[in-house]
Amino acid sequence: MSGHSTRPYFVVYALLMVLLALTVGAATQDFQAWNFPIAMLIATVKAGLILVIFMHLRESSALTWLFASAALVWLAIMLGLSLNDYLFRMG
Amino acid sequence: MTSPTSQASTSHTQSHSATGHLPPVAMQFDDALQQHDACRLGMWLFLSTELMLFGGLFLAYTIFRIAHADVFAEASQHVAPGWATVMTALLLTSSLTMALAVQAVRDGLHRRATVCLLLTMLLGGGFIGIKLHEYHSLYAEHLAPLFGWPFGYSGQQDASLAKMFFVLYFFMTGLHALHMVIGISLLCWIMVAMIRKRDARRWSTAAEMVGLYWHFVDLVWVFLFPLLYLIRPDKWF
Amino acid sequence: MTEAIVPPEHHYLNDGYSARSWLLTTDHKRIAVLYLLTITFFFAVGGVAATIIRLELLTPAGDLVQSETYNKLFSIHGIIMVFFFLLPVIPSVLGNFLVPIMIGARDLAFPKLNLASWYVFWIGGLFTLWAVVVGGVDTGWTFYTPFSSVYTNTYVIATAAGVMIAGFSSIFTGLNFIVTIHKMRAPGLTWFRLPLFIWSMYATSVIMVLGTPVLAITLTLLALERLTHVGVFDPKIGGDPLLFQHLFWFYSHPAVYIMVLPAMGVVSELVTCFSRKKIFGYKAIAYSSMAIALFGFLVWGHHMFVSGQSVYAAVVFSMLSFLVALPSAVKVFNWTATLYKGSITFNTPLLYALGFIGLFTIGGLTGLFLATLAADVHLHDTYFVIAHFHYIMVGGTVMAYLGGLHFWWPKITGRMYPEVWARLSAIGIFIGFNLTFFPQYILGLQGMPRRYHVYPEEFQVLNVLSSAGASILAVAYAFPITYLLWSLKYGAIAPANPWNAVGLEWETTSPPPTHNFIEQPVVDHEAYNYAAPAQDSPQPIALESTAS
Repeated sequence: MSGHSTRPYFVVYALLMVLLALTVGAATQDFQAWNFPIAMLIATVKAGLILVIFMHLRESSALTWLFASAALVWLAIMLGLSLNDYLFRMG
Repeated sequence: MTSPTSQASTSHTQSHSATGHLPPVAMQFDDALQQHDACRLGMWLFLSTELMLFGGLFLAYTIFRIAHADVFAEASQHVAPGWATVMTALLLTSSLTMALAVQAVRDGLHRRATVCLLLTMLLGGGFIGIKLHEYHSLYAEHLAPLFGWPFGYSGQQDASLAKMFFVLYFFMTGLHALHMVIGISLLCWIMVAMIRKRDARRWSTAAEMVGLYWHFVDLVWVFLFPLLYLIRPDKWF
Repeated sequence: MTEAIVPPEHHYLNDGYSARSWLLTTDHKRIAVLYLLTITFFFAVGGVAATIIRLELLTPAGDLVQSETYNKLFSIHGIIMVFFFLLPVIPSVLGNFLVPIMIGARDLAFPKLNLASWYVFWIGGLFTLWAVVVGGVDTGWTFYTPFSSVYTNTYVIATAAGVMIAGFSSIFTGLNFIVTIHKMRAPGLTWFRLPLFIWSMYATSVIMVLGTPVLAITLTLLALERLTHVGVFDPKIGGDPLLFQHLFWFYSHPAVYIMVLPAMGVVSELVTCFSRKKIFGYKAIAYSSMAIALFGFLVWGHHMFVSGQSVYAAVVFSMLSFLVALPSAVKVFNWTATLYKGSITFNTPLLYALGFIGLFTIGGLTGLFLATLAADVHLHDTYFVIAHFHYIMVGGTVMAYLGGLHFWWPKITGRMYPEVWARLSAIGIFIGFNLTFFPQYILGLQGMPRRYHVYPEEFQVLNVLSSAGASILAVAYAFPITYLLWSLKYGAIAPANPWNAVGLEWETTSPPPTHNFIEQPVVDHEAYNYAAPAQDSPQPIALESTAS
């Protein structure tokens, strides 16, 4: 498994820095209700880069992808079904 | 088919193997590949548990922020996003050095591995340093509502609701910082092995696992940063 | 026809006798035995609390203990029984022992992690026991806020810490099982050739790994709130008590599936062996285990119907709760279909399995009553709920555990238990159990609230019946403890396969060697391929145990 070039790591790093600048830049603008989804979207892209390249998901088995996704699905269940309560309270 | 009882190794070393030739394979595994795969799978599972652990705090944050959006927006202006940006940059850089370190261990390049691990530790240490500075400033400004310390919030929004923001801030960043400290200790452990020129092949799995852990802790921060610091940033430093 | 059965010369029990060889073992079989001893101890502690509770409830007045003490008793009973008995018992005892053997492996993927899980379990247990000794907690096992976070003066932090630490034991075990089952199956052992016990342990492990961390963070938040006086859960200062309930039940509902899925796995093994028939609907049972693991995470709000959550959310949770009953029902149908026209022998393990099927069905059906919004308004926090979950936990999990313990006892210890005493005990437990808990359904319907030790006169008859049943149950439980211990020295020596069952664990010696198999097994057949009846009629089991 040796002989991997380290170039992808530097490319991803550069991208992450650009995205960091973007995060900060977007936060200074007033996009009203869109500020939050934009911030989360940028964070998700950063997370994706870290997961796929730094954490080697790219070269991992389907099973590893399944485990990684399962955790996200479970987190979504916890947040989603709880919000189901909080967002629909009457008054 | 295979006959497992001929394994001479009775030492139950677990996670140190390489994909090179004749790495030590623990008794319960058939070969190095199975051992490596098992360790990787195990670490990803462990990271899933960590995600759910932080998830509880994210849930608490979500419902309080939805209920009191304006309070959170104003309260978050008391935590300086400028320093947080610096911290984020430090952590992202440390992920780069971590990835390079894992690669170096795998390739048996002890000196490069030591340098990269040391850099990662320093960057992580820098992060913790700034965080402690942050904690201290908040304490000095009476914005740390813990252990019954006086809480003096001066803003337009309701102080007791603003308190919730600061409580969550301390809990979430505190749990994250605790994980960072554990990570730094693990890095130190591997770095010492590299300094002593231990067989890199034996340590590559351990390095990879610590790398996964480190990147995960970075991932958590990637979300904490906008959630806690960038709601409606005002003063940057 | 019985020739003298010779025990194997070297096996895992005589592979070292020192304390060190046991306390520092990484052999999954020894760790299982360590857990067996530990968990039996905790069962006794929880049982003592239950005894005092049932004694108090003999009379309508609060005359045996004070109210505060009674609150502590039911809290301790619940906490010990749930976290230190029911959750770990089948996974950490039977699971630890059987998972590697059933898949043809030499040990689990991470043997040292396995040993660590036992020590972590003890550390958690010691925190909790200390809290019990110095004064206990009175919050109920559910630790609802703000009573637990602000108002109570009992030892919440220590207890919460104990439970949280024990939770990590659960996470380690689940992680170990999942990796082992994925990576270490014997050649030829494809997923759909696995024993159903393995499927259920896998599904259980998914819940343990993904659910328990949420309990950890919840209890941490609770402890932090008490320590730092912050008010995350205190409504007086803007906190939200319902947040605690969401977080707590997100884990604690799936937790009940951690308790019951392994039991179902055991029942699948018992039913197929004692009908001498391939299990009916193997894939349906396998898939239903995974379905329960997933769906179990979607229904937690049914514990909160009257707490103040939105009606919309309550409706959604109610519908999902009906759905989660379906996979369990599938299993009950399939077990029944397996028994149908099977060649049945009523050995002790099967008695327990039959008890499970009947009692779990009753308990499960009463769960549907509770999942119905309108009915739950009346039944919530009454004895109906207590009867419901005891039917599942005790009538279900404990019966299945005892059945499994008897079934695999020869494999674990190399000895047979005395069959007559065992059958009598099973029947005694069944009778005692029903007498204890069936009256509680009626009490609940009539309106007797739970967690009260003072009750109106008209409830006394049923309470007396329940306490009488409890005394029968307590005596009946003493029997297996006694004769199983007795069998260690005086029980008949067990052959490798006393039940003529199909499964990799029966292809190695009783007890197994330290590395489980002399030669790596290779699997080339489906699970439960019981041959035609004429070929493998079961050996008659000696009714009298002879000393070796």
